[in-house]
Amino acid sequence: MQAPEQEAVTSAEEQEKWLADAMALVQHHAFYMHRALDANNIRDVLKFSAQMLSELRTSKLSPQKYYELYMRTFDELRQLEVFFREESKRGRTNADIYELVQHAGNILPRLYLLCTVGSVYIKSKEAPAKDVLKDLVEMSRGVQHPIRGLFLRSYLSQISRDKLPDVGSPYEGEGGNVMDAVEFVLQNFTEMNKLWVRMQHQGPVRDKEKREKERSELRDLVGKNLHVLSQLEGVDLEMYRDLVLPRVLEQVVNCKDELAQYYLMDCIIQVFPDDFHLQTLETLLGACPQLQPTVDIKTVMSQLMERLSKYAAASPDVLYEFQQVDAFSKFSQSVVEVIEAQPDMPLVGAVSLHVSLLTFVLRVYVDRLDYVDLVLGACVKKLEGKGKVKDSKATKQLVALLSAPLEKYKDVVVVLKLSNYARVMEHLDYETNKVMAVVLIQSVLSNSTMITVDEEDFQEEQNLVARLVHMLVNDDPEQMFQILTTARKHFAQGGPRRLQYTLPPLVFEALKLVRSLQAQDLPEEGEGSGSVSLKKVFQFLHQTVEALAMIPAAELSLRLYLQCAEAAGDCGLEPVAYEFFTQAFVLYEEEISDSKAQVTALQLIIGTLQRTRVFGVENRDTLTHKATGYSAKLLKKPDQCRAVYACSHLFWVEDGGTTDGERVLLCLKRALRIANAAQQMSSATRGTSGPMTLFVEILNKYLYYFEKGTMIQSTVIQGLLELIVTDMQSESTTHDPEVDAFLASTVRYIQFQKQKGDSIAERYASIQVQ
Amino acid sequence: MRGVVNSGAAERTRAPSQQQQQRLTRSIHTFFPLSPRTTVVSSLSAAEEERPDLASTSLPPAFEIRLCAAGVVLFNFLIGAFGPPCTVSIDFADAETRKQASVKKENGQTVLVPLFLGQESVVGEVRIDPVPGKKVEHTGVKIELLGQIELYFDRGSFYDFTSLVRELDVPGEILERKTYPFEFSTVEMQYESYNGVNVRLRYVLKVTISRSYATNIVEYKDFWVRNFSPLPEINNSIKMEVGIEDCLHIEFEYSKSKYHLKDVIIGKIYFLLVRIKIKHMELEIRRRESTGSGPNTYNESETLAKYEIMDGAPVRGESIPIRLFLSPYDLTPTYRNINNKFSVKYYLNLVLVDEEDRRYFKQQEITMYRVE
Repeated sequence: MQAPEQEAVTSAEEQEKWLADAMALVQHHAFYMHRALDANNIRDVLKFSAQMLSELRTSKLSPQKYYELYMRTFDELRQLEVFFREESKRGRTNADIYELVQHAGNILPRLYLLCTVGSVYIKSKEAPAKDVLKDLVEMSRGVQHPIRGLFLRSYLSQISRDKLPDVGSPYEGEGGNVMDAVEFVLQNFTEMNKLWVRMQHQGPVRDKEKREKERSELRDLVGKNLHVLSQLEGVDLEMYRDLVLPRVLEQVVNCKDELAQYYLMDCIIQVFPDDFHLQTLETLLGACPQLQPTVDIKTVMSQLMERLSKYAAASPDVLYEFQQVDAFSKFSQSVVEVIEAQPDMPLVGAVSLHVSLLTFVLRVYVDRLDYVDLVLGACVKKLEGKGKVKDSKATKQLVALLSAPLEKYKDVVVVLKLSNYARVMEHLDYETNKVMAVVLIQSVLSNSTMITVDEEDFQEEQNLVARLVHMLVNDDPEQMFQILTTARKHFAQGGPRRLQYTLPPLVFEALKLVRSLQAQDLPEEGEGSGSVSLKKVFQFLHQTVEALAMIPAAELSLRLYLQCAEAAGDCGLEPVAYEFFTQAFVLYEEEISDSKAQVTALQLIIGTLQRTRVFGVENRDTLTHKATGYSAKLLKKPDQCRAVYACSHLFWVEDGGTTDGERVLLCLKRALRIANAAQQMSSATRGTSGPMTLFVEILNKYLYYFEKGTMIQSTVIQGLLELIVTDMQSESTTHDPEVDAFLASTVRYIQFQKQKGDSIAERYASIQVQ
Repeated sequence: MRGVVNSGAAERTRAPSQQQQQRLTRSIHTFFPLSPRTTVVSSLSAAEEERPDLASTSLPPAFEIRLCAAGVVLFNFLIGAFGPPCTVSIDFADAETRKQASVKKENGQTVLVPLFLGQESVVGEVRIDPVPGKKVEHTGVKIELLGQIELYFDRGSFYDFTSLVRELDVPGEILERKTYPFEFSTVEMQYESYNGVNVRLRYVLKVTISRSYATNIVEYKDFWVRNFSPLPEINNSIKMEVGIEDCLHIEFEYSKSKYHLKDVIIGKIYFLLVRIKIKHMELEIRRRESTGSGPNTYNESETLAKYEIMDGAPVRGESIPIRLFLSPYDLTPTYRNINNKFSVKYYLNLVLVDEEDRRYFKQQEITMYRVE
């Protein structure tokens, strides 16, 4: 009769055969049952129907085959139900029939019959529906075999569905109220779930996988109960919140079964209305961390968020409710708790949870950028200490996380405002970082982001973009160059306002490339069109800075030209360096008119020129001559003076450069003259001569060269020193404590040098200081 | 049904494995009332006791009965050959209205028999119809009301515990139909009629036409007696925790210990510990008929009902309901020491069967009684 459980798992052919046998027997018994039905012979009806139902006692069939058998008998039971109804019309009370069927010796047929009669009994209203239902669900405990129990209770659920004393149902009132209905369904649900969970322990361990698959096929039998609950008119929010949900979750949590928990959570989310979920978020989410650590809770939560965000999208007037229940903080809290509760959750799981949460926020709280940032922040927290994320799946999720706000806001500016955005990016490996940067840039370009924020913000944002450029890294110069070219192409479309932020980093990245190429000692000329060469990079640089100059952004361009010139010099490319200098000078002449800017520019030019040693005599002369010329033409005398003495350095380049003492001296003398003129101008216009600053500065220059070479006589220094000291003591001279201090320290320096006792000291010996 | 139980027991005797032996020793040390080994032993011994009973007692009565029946036919035939002198019939006064009991006879057929209660008067008439042209000479006609206990193992000997006589006629001749009214008023019939395996308790009216030179003419009329019991004053529930250490631990409860014949047994089984794979659980109603006394006591048990109350293996914490209607079963009240000849007792036997078809059971006596 009952095969040992071990034999329950058998080949498909055997299954087919057993099913066919059982079907034939059902048919056989059903035939006699029909005869008895026609003869109105209740004893025979019960006898043959019990025999027919005994076929369901088999342990041999797989759940699928058992289901077929069940459906076959189910059809027969419908006819039996009609018979019972007529029997009660013929004068036999339903209570009698209800007792009569319980005389059956075997429990399974007995309970199927009892449910069938129970259905008629309720319908007759001869007994309160609640009592019959309670009895049926209680008595069904006798079937503890998982599959048989599941199907029996499924049958009970099926026949009782339209007979629950729900609000508005004809069985409400004397038959009970919605509480009874809910209690009944909950109890049946609980028992079914227990049986379902227990199914996995039936039979040998080696078949566990197969069994789990079979078990999965039966899940809808359990889930149906939840569906019934959701269909009850009387289950309003209050009852759902206070009774239904806590009881269902209690069962879900307590069953401690991965498959069941995942399915049932999903089921709860799918069958109950959105506003219920919204109002019971805390309870629902509270269950999540209590689930088994292996449950794919992220999918469950994602689905919930997905549903709720659709709900929000469908009816904007519920957004208020979302705020009222503070859905966001509940979700984010829960995400944290779930991750804590599942220490084995792979990183990808944690990140994708954040992705879901972010998606939710983006859909529901469109204007809450702070929420977006919080989500990113939470993710950063999770990534803390993890360094660069190596897992490719997790990386993908991170990219999704970072892309989501871009897609939503279509405004990179908004996104880059998020303080945690960049912090998340820090966890991307270089390769992905690049991908992300491209995504960002594409977003900027495809959405033609319009900047409407104030200048300061704009700068900040552009600086972020600029920082992005530094993230573009590739070890292969070839590709790196491609990246830069592509970037420039895109930036070029950004308009002049942005270019001054976006191009400089490109220039510096290109310069970096230059250095790495130089280190690799590549030939100047690229072989073939594709490969990158120094020359190409410099061409790129030239074009880039030129583009910047066109904006116009003269000062910036000038600086960049100089940078390029220096780099070219380092590479030994004289013509290129010369060209960059030329461009710088042109800019100086044509574009820089502000005197202060001129001073700065000139200082830069001089500084750069001084360091650039690649030039031959002729080129160098041209350039230095030009620079000195500009110096003398500055507007303010002090500026002139300072520029001129600075020029002196152009003629004194140690370590293999030119050391032209004569022209140094010339410069210094000229500086002195200008200083003098400045002093006179001052006394002519203001009555007092200006401070002696310039003189002290020039004195320092003298001292510098005095130590370097022989073109300066100590007498000249002596003279200058005395001149300064005299003038400082003169009443007509404005006193400035800073200048006094400057002079004093200069004098101290001289004294110090005198006492050093080396060759320099000897030369200093002739200088007298008080 | 008895066969099923016995064969199960026999199987276990055939193959007592090493493991079973071990478990036996272990279970001896347990305090739990229910242990599969000890109970198996007791059930085994019971089975062994029963078997000789079956062989020695249950066959001969059947044989005798058949012999008796054959004898009566032969006797009637002989009478017929000599010519039946008369026909005798006994009728109850209220035969039309009196209730009848359906009684199962040895051959399995059920017959309807007039039903009396303990203190009723037995009233009716005896009619003697001589065969036309013949006369019946007699030395007296009498009617007796007998209460008899028949023990089959005792070669069908009768014990009359009640015997009442009414003289119907003085010696003489009966030439034509003659009717004699009779009345036994408020007869004390304290025992119920009973048809058991080894014993029968019956009430019968016996008319004897005594003849001096020929055999007496005797006619019997059976009737059935039932007595109602008052409702029991105390009717406690049966509640008990039983088990095998570290293996199975259950608590069962039957709502009452005394049940009337159409009662319902309500109860539940609560599983405290389950370490064995149970296949199913059933509740049996067993009847134990004890006949004789002292060393000559014979016990006969039969299973009247097997009622499956659980299918599949429960886990700890499950509570399984019991609801067993008694009306479908052919039960009698519990009879205790009837006239020092026999007893009939009823037991509820809770049986758990595991996947290796081992049976674990616990038997509890229940008292049956009859109500109006």
